[in-house]
Amino acid sequence: MLSIKNLHASVEGKEILKGINLEIKAGEVHAIMGPNGSGKSTLSQVLAGNEAFEVTEGEITLNGENLLELETEERAREGIFLAFQYPVEIPGVSNLQFLRTAVNAMRQHKGQDEMNAAEFMKLAKEISKQVDLDPAFLKRGVNEGFSGGEKKRNEIMQALLLQPKLAILDETDSGLDIDALKVVSDGVNALRAEDRAILMVTHYQRLLNHIVPDYVHVLAGGKIIKSGGRELALELEERGYGWLGIKDEETADSSVN
Amino acid sequence: MATTDQEVNELIKREYEHGFVTDIESDTFEPGLNEDVIARLSGIKKEPEWMLEWRLKAYRRWLEMDEPDWAHVGYPKIDYNSISYYSAPKRKEDMPQSLDEVDPELLKTYEKLGIPLHEREKLAGVAVDAVFDSVSVATTFKEPLAKAGVIFCSISEAIQDYPELVKKYLGSVVPAGDNFFAGLNSAVFSDGTFVYVPKGVRCPMELSTYFRINAANTGQFERTLIIAEDSSYVSYLEGCTAPMRDENQLHAAVVELVALDDAQIKYSTVQNWYPGDEEGKGGIFNFVTKRGAAIGKNSKISWTQVETGSAVTWKYPSCILRGENSVGEFYSVALTNNYQQADTGTKMIHLGKNTSSTIISKGISAGKSSNAYRGLVKFGPGAEGARNFTQCDSLLIGDRCGAHTFPYIESKNKSAIVEHEATTSKVSDEQMFLCRQRGIDPEQAVSMIVNGFCKEVFKELPMEFAVEAGKLLEVSLEGSVG
Repeated sequence: MLSIKNLHASVEGKEILKGINLEIKAGEVHAIMGPNGSGKSTLSQVLAGNEAFEVTEGEITLNGENLLELETEERAREGIFLAFQYPVEIPGVSNLQFLRTAVNAMRQHKGQDEMNAAEFMKLAKEISKQVDLDPAFLKRGVNEGFSGGEKKRNEIMQALLLQPKLAILDETDSGLDIDALKVVSDGVNALRAEDRAILMVTHYQRLLNHIVPDYVHVLAGGKIIKSGGRELALELEERGYGWLGIKDEETADSSVN
Repeated sequence: MATTDQEVNELIKREYEHGFVTDIESDTFEPGLNEDVIARLSGIKKEPEWMLEWRLKAYRRWLEMDEPDWAHVGYPKIDYNSISYYSAPKRKEDMPQSLDEVDPELLKTYEKLGIPLHEREKLAGVAVDAVFDSVSVATTFKEPLAKAGVIFCSISEAIQDYPELVKKYLGSVVPAGDNFFAGLNSAVFSDGTFVYVPKGVRCPMELSTYFRINAANTGQFERTLIIAEDSSYVSYLEGCTAPMRDENQLHAAVVELVALDDAQIKYSTVQNWYPGDEEGKGGIFNFVTKRGAAIGKNSKISWTQVETGSAVTWKYPSCILRGENSVGEFYSVALTNNYQQADTGTKMIHLGKNTSSTIISKGISAGKSSNAYRGLVKFGPGAEGARNFTQCDSLLIGDRCGAHTFPYIESKNKSAIVEHEATTSKVSDEQMFLCRQRGIDPEQAVSMIVNGFCKEVFKELPMEFAVEAGKLLEVSLEGSVG
């Protein structure tokens, strides 16, 4: 489904990703782990098409289609979804309006009729329950005054509404207490499907106790330095990143190995 | 990031959609202004002698006045002798007696603007006075209004039919000598709307005036007077559009509101005069004086404006809070794009005891435009226990526009309380990225974010027009960032 080959990307002239190779098939769940500054978040931003990052080399395809030629919103309509680490507030725009606009943009792209306000309200209420969000949240401004946990649940709710082909979860576990982590994980597990891939980016392995990945990759210094199964994450937890010869606070500039 | 700015730049290249010209035969004065022109204008309108005298007095006073230069705007000097002061569609008889007699070209014009005048297609629950260049061409729903005792007609008719009311209130809130543009208007105003709501009457429907400038090289000088007697209520809305022309055109209106004891006037404006092209060529100079006198105790005057048009805007809808416990409100959205300039705000003059006022101003600047809020909050010695709350928020789109805030506070009463809040923000790259990542077009994203920013003001608009205002914002934002 997703194929990344020799991906190099930089921000403000500084190279962060230095040759990423990754293949993800439909139905699979992959976890990318790594210390701070390793390029994890950059990878998710680049996949989603954030123009603050410049791709200098390499290719990304989704089901054979060249993603790098597509604008952010076109990628989204092709099924790329990014659950943000720090979702931004949009004051005065109700969550409901925002979500309906997004859902209808997708529907329009697929040649489906737009959903009217009443139909959408019904759907949104159902899904908000799934992530344990009070439907009253739908009327509040997008992420306005939401707690960290509410923002994360709101992100997962959006994934459930938009039904993407590839869901990228950027540090979705950060700042969550154990109960919220459970709710969010249940939401993500509900997303798992034969025709959908999930890419989780995380610093800690605790999320992986709840959402069990098929593959784990360790990213350091802008490269994937080790790949394995679920057990790799457990080993990392036990032995720390130092085990792989990298320091946790290492910057992307310093060399690995 | 610069990339987002570029996107926003590319966004908005839609054209001003009301820019068409109606091909209609008009009686138009030769350009120029002198006492003869004013006498001719007054003569055409068959005005009584006192009205002509009032105009001439205003004109003589105006000649002594200087054009204000303190606003944060720049425009070429206006030659007041190159403007035509009267233009009216030709008609066979005097006034059309019914809509069936109104020139079909005119009806078509208003239909095209989304303001059908025919009763069968009328806007539900909204009475409309349609002003075309210098004259009122039609007023709808006159009869049901008359049944309620509400007078809703053109100011020209009011001068003929209700001279005592006009004499008593015309110039009582904005005197001819108030300022340069008000003086000019007093001398040459050609039409406008008159509303009188008698004691204890709640006006049964929204009243509105739709102003349309059509003829070239003319100015539009309308005069609106609204009087709300004791314990009455009226909600009034005005809309404005003009054709696209390379030359600037002058619009210098005066609006006077009078609210007596326990009366309430809600005045809403959706201003969409032609703003000029992307290069800043053409567009309307919108130099307007709007003021309400809350004379009665417990009276309330509320201004809501959505200003998206005009090349240059100079406008400060104000309240004189004379009555005890009277309330003044000003809710404003002013959007400037390309080379538009706006200097707008309000004056809240607290004279009576326990008067209160609220100012919510939302300025949005895009392109190379300049957007200034200018406000005065003044407490007289008698304004015991008076209070004001002011909130001024500016939103910048792109990095070539400017936002300025000029708040003035003067207090001659120690018990007065003033609160002032101000913020400046940008449509952020993060907000744009979030929207686009959810599949939303950049253009739709900007418009959604801006609409959210204006929400507090839009909720003050009558329902029918809140939606229109949102759409208008969307159109005005097109190609917004430069």
